[in-house]
Amino acid sequence: MIRVVLPAHLRALARVDGEVELALNGAATQCALLDALEARYPMLRGTMRDQVTQKRRAYVRFFACERDLSHERPDAPLPTAVATGVEPFLVVGAMAGG
Amino acid sequence: MSTVRLLVGTRKGAFILESDGKRRDWKVEGPHFGGWEIYHVKASAADPNRLYASQTSSWFGQIVQRSDDGGRTWAPVDNRFVYDGVPGTHLWYDGTPHPWEFARVWHFEPSRDDPDVVYAGVEDAALFRSTDGGQNWEEVAGLRTHRSAESWQPGAGGMCLHTIILDPADPARIFVAISAAGAFRSDDSGATWKPINRGLKSNSIPQQEAEVGHCVHRLAMHRSRPNVLFMQKHWDVMRTDDAGETWREVSGNLPTDFGFPIDVHAHEPDTIFVVPIKSDSEHYPIDGQLRVYRSRTGGEEWEPLTNGLPQRNCYVNVLRDAMAVDALDACGVYFGTTGGQVYASADSGETWTGIVHDLPPVLSVEVQTLP
Repeated sequence: MIRVVLPAHLRALARVDGEVELALNGAATQCALLDALEARYPMLRGTMRDQVTQKRRAYVRFFACERDLSHERPDAPLPTAVATGVEPFLVVGAMAGG
Repeated sequence: MSTVRLLVGTRKGAFILESDGKRRDWKVEGPHFGGWEIYHVKASAADPNRLYASQTSSWFGQIVQRSDDGGRTWAPVDNRFVYDGVPGTHLWYDGTPHPWEFARVWHFEPSRDDPDVVYAGVEDAALFRSTDGGQNWEEVAGLRTHRSAESWQPGAGGMCLHTIILDPADPARIFVAISAAGAFRSDDSGATWKPINRGLKSNSIPQQEAEVGHCVHRLAMHRSRPNVLFMQKHWDVMRTDDAGETWREVSGNLPTDFGFPIDVHAHEPDTIFVVPIKSDSEHYPIDGQLRVYRSRTGGEEWEPLTNGLPQRNCYVNVLRDAMAVDALDACGVYFGTTGGQVYASADSGETWTGIVHDLPPVLSVEVQTLP
């Protein structure tokens, strides 16, 4: 299982507490993770990436294993520790604004 | 006795304020969607329990929330606003072509007859329609594909379609307004559109009486007289008596004719309200005195309404969608400020009371008059 930690606003929107656990079919990539997350919680569509272009929203970041994965290719494999559920995949709202 | 329900959108959530017909004591409920910008909340006239809310964030984009129980509970509906076809470009601030990009919903306008039909005015300026209660959105593309659209340019707040008026007498007629393109009218349910800006004069554009390019801040209509529209333009208060074919200025004796909201009394089609603001570079009232101005003659002659409003050290603004009137016999008038106050008058503006003082900056105010 892949563990995902959402920022507070998206947890409230999806009505979840704590981490979300996802089982992926096929390769564990950022794109597959987000596809699975949005399939489970359709209200999250468009909140992390554009619904048409699939580009990550500017103020959303993806962290895991103390690394910034935001600029990784969407089809790049996730770190093994994330794919195996040892480490969570963090969706983070960038620090900006007031 | 009737109930009056105010739907207040703010920079950090939505609030629902409720009172009986006396409009003295108010229950304040919220925030809903705390921390999100709520540009607009509006109820269906066909089903008062059906509400639509525009929930938006620079971080997480656009959410559309729907309530079927008068705002007690909410559920997100579809938030996919995709421009029809190849969207093309409009002009950017620097005059270069810029691709059309969806940013947010500024305004919802539910149909008068069907709670599942609702229009959304969005930034970058376009009109969308849902016929299934927000489950799907489709662009009313005839507006954005008007021959003038590639010359439209954003105002300081973005290129937003902020006003939608559905003609109560003619179901095929729709009015919209866009900052900073101007006002447009469709007579065929949105298939084709016509700019209706003749008579507007804007000294901040190269051709002062251009067909498009005017920064229209708000339009208002009384339902008994759909050919008469009032406009608060960036500067100037305007009036048309022929559904926008020609406009004339009715600023008259206003101390300044810059402002954002304009609204019409529920029972007196020639009684209109504006909130004069000092200037476009000083978005606050003159001399720190918050004054609503009322005309009972359809413009030109205006009187200040100050009783109960702060008359010193007040430097708030009132945004374009932040004024509304109720339908009670003694017409109630309401507005919210960027300082987080919501003011109410139960007597057509003669006296005012602050209902709530410390909300986040108010973006929009709508009112429901419930039996």
